[in-house]
Amino acid sequence: MAYVDKRPLEARVVRVAFGAAFLFLGLGGIGGLIQALHRTGYYRFIGEVTDGNYYTVLTSHGVFMVLFFTIFFLVGIFTWALTRSLDRDLNNPRVTKYWITSMCFGALLTSAAIIGGFFNALPLKANVLYTMYAPLQAHPLYYIGLTLFVTGTWVAGYDWISTYLRWRSDNPGERIPLMAFMVLTTALMWYITTIGIAAEVLLFLIPWSLGLVNEINPTLTRTLFWFFGHAVVYFWLIPAYLLWYAVLPKLSGGRLFSDPLARVVFILFLLLSTPVGIHHQYLDPGIPEGFKFVAMTNTMFLLLPSLLTAFTVVASIEHGGRQRGGSGYLGWLRALPWKNPAFSGMALAGVMFAAGGFSGMINAGMNINYLIHNTLWVPGHFHLTVGTASALTFMAGAYWLVPQLTGKKLVSKRLAAVQPFIWFIGMTLMSNAMHRAGLFSMPRRVSDPTYSFDYSPAFGTVGEINSQIAIGGVLLTVSLGIFLYVIVRTWFGGSRVENPVDSELPPALSGPEHSPRILDNLKLWAGIAVLLVILAYAVPIGYIAADGIYSGSGTYPTFIEALEVLI
Amino acid sequence: MDIHRFEKGWLVASLALIVLFISTVAYVSAVTGVDMVDDSGGSIDVDNVTEDDRFSDPRVEQVGENEYDVYMVAQQFVFRPGSEPFGPVRVPENSTVNFYITSQDVVHGFQIVGTNVNVMVVPGKVSEITVEFDEPAEYGILCNEYCGSGHAEMGGNVEVVARDEWNTTDGGGS
Repeated sequence: MAYVDKRPLEARVVRVAFGAAFLFLGLGGIGGLIQALHRTGYYRFIGEVTDGNYYTVLTSHGVFMVLFFTIFFLVGIFTWALTRSLDRDLNNPRVTKYWITSMCFGALLTSAAIIGGFFNALPLKANVLYTMYAPLQAHPLYYIGLTLFVTGTWVAGYDWISTYLRWRSDNPGERIPLMAFMVLTTALMWYITTIGIAAEVLLFLIPWSLGLVNEINPTLTRTLFWFFGHAVVYFWLIPAYLLWYAVLPKLSGGRLFSDPLARVVFILFLLLSTPVGIHHQYLDPGIPEGFKFVAMTNTMFLLLPSLLTAFTVVASIEHGGRQRGGSGYLGWLRALPWKNPAFSGMALAGVMFAAGGFSGMINAGMNINYLIHNTLWVPGHFHLTVGTASALTFMAGAYWLVPQLTGKKLVSKRLAAVQPFIWFIGMTLMSNAMHRAGLFSMPRRVSDPTYSFDYSPAFGTVGEINSQIAIGGVLLTVSLGIFLYVIVRTWFGGSRVENPVDSELPPALSGPEHSPRILDNLKLWAGIAVLLVILAYAVPIGYIAADGIYSGSGTYPTFIEALEVLI
Repeated sequence: MDIHRFEKGWLVASLALIVLFISTVAYVSAVTGVDMVDDSGGSIDVDNVTEDDRFSDPRVEQVGENEYDVYMVAQQFVFRPGSEPFGPVRVPENSTVNFYITSQDVVHGFQIVGTNVNVMVVPGKVSEITVEFDEPAEYGILCNEYCGSGHAEMGGNVEVVARDEWNTTDGGGS
């Protein structure tokens, strides 16, 4: 029985979340294409260099992709995963309705504040990029929309946890099913880390953008942003991890290698995602070296869950390949279902995530970070991680999930089958070129990276690198277009069938009975996570706040710039 | 807890890699004495940058036989000195140069192109970074943090000149 028939109400919520996610993916993708062609000088849709429009596009690309696309997808897939693995409906439809509405409305307000930047007649503007570093200031609507969006996710977390608690009282003594375990640990991590962004937005950015306070401390707001800003990357990645652990082994024809190790990985994410944020501030003045070193040490240990995932996922796929008749050291690779886009997308995303992991290790090194900080290397890195490990896995997951949510078979299968490969080739070109450009200091976040001086590439030329970025960007857009076409046709065309896709998920080779029960003690792990955050952040935040919390900046409101045009 | 022996091996190798990474950074910092950017530059009142002795007249100043201080203001969308019309930062060859940089408006970045000289410039703080220059050369500098609609214009130069070409009036202020 398809999910849509078994739980029509939940399926509807997941469809709304996925619909919003894919809408923002499409809009963000248009922004990405504009940027790739603009900064390389191939074609400028949005006016010349000094025009602020590039940064309106850049803000929308960042916010739409990494906040709205990823998080809408997350709340959708978590709702599916929790109800499926606990085999029960969400507790209270009114709560569910509240959070999905709040998230949609918040996303709408923030989008309006950003897009208003294109129209001088509107008093809206938010060219502050996704990091919204004060004293650059956006229209208050931008921050208010984000607040509604994030509080919506908090209520979603409450919805999942309260559903789990009901399940627990009906099933005392049972192990938490793996997918529910992933949802719960991630929700706890999210509550801890969003304290930072909530404090930044509610105590500082909103009062300041409304003119209730005149100045705020820029180092403090940066630090609060990064309190949240690194853990949020795991929030993007974890839906991909969930699919790699729970669904990819099945798609490859096998079973998950180890359930216990999967639990360990998610506990490590809960413990270590937040007390690392200062690694984004290695090059900040005003933060002593010791605090940075603590953040680096935690960051390096955060490599562990991803390295463990690499092992478990590859081992599970290998098991699948051998079940399908593959043999030899590498022969099992050929036996895998490469023509199924749900499989190939996730597998290729995993390969790119390994590459992104390696460039991430460079970023994490406190000393070599100086070479690449704020260069094009960094977006080169995160287009492998969030831009492929997450995005391509979500797209692949959609090929398998959307049929279950709509009761319709996937259409245009041959087109869908090539889509992940086009993405892979496009991203290989673009990301590799961006990494290389960063090594000779070409900056990120700039509408035109040409100056009065010349760059000195170690090999190749700036023109050759730019052409790879532009070609890669075009291929990625083509791939994204195919994805949206296939999903829209599946969703709105065709007729309902009983079983649109094989949705069975086999149990792990090594099940939860092989792990100690303490792994399921969520209160304990949440307590340790809070303690680690206090240890890593209490002293630095106290030190930074000593300069004064409502002082240190003027106001550089990007929305007033728009008004001045009128006058 | 049951862990497959291959997975145990992988776990141990992963931990070894992590410890290796941390120790290389600790070694560079503690043993070779390379300083990282920290709070040594101190705080400054952002509203009074132009009244501060160090930044009222941004400049290059000789402070030792081969040691120079550069006081630089980053603002929308120039470095003073560094960008036109203020002229490049000029320092002599084989010198140790301490850059003190502050912002009088939003967050900026300062990077010497093609090197690992890279630091954030945050309002209310003075960024301090020390650079060893050897042979005469010309370097580009740029702002690598988005700072407003003219961000792409924010670049300039550092010129490392032969010692006999450098005099005390070089590289100074506006």
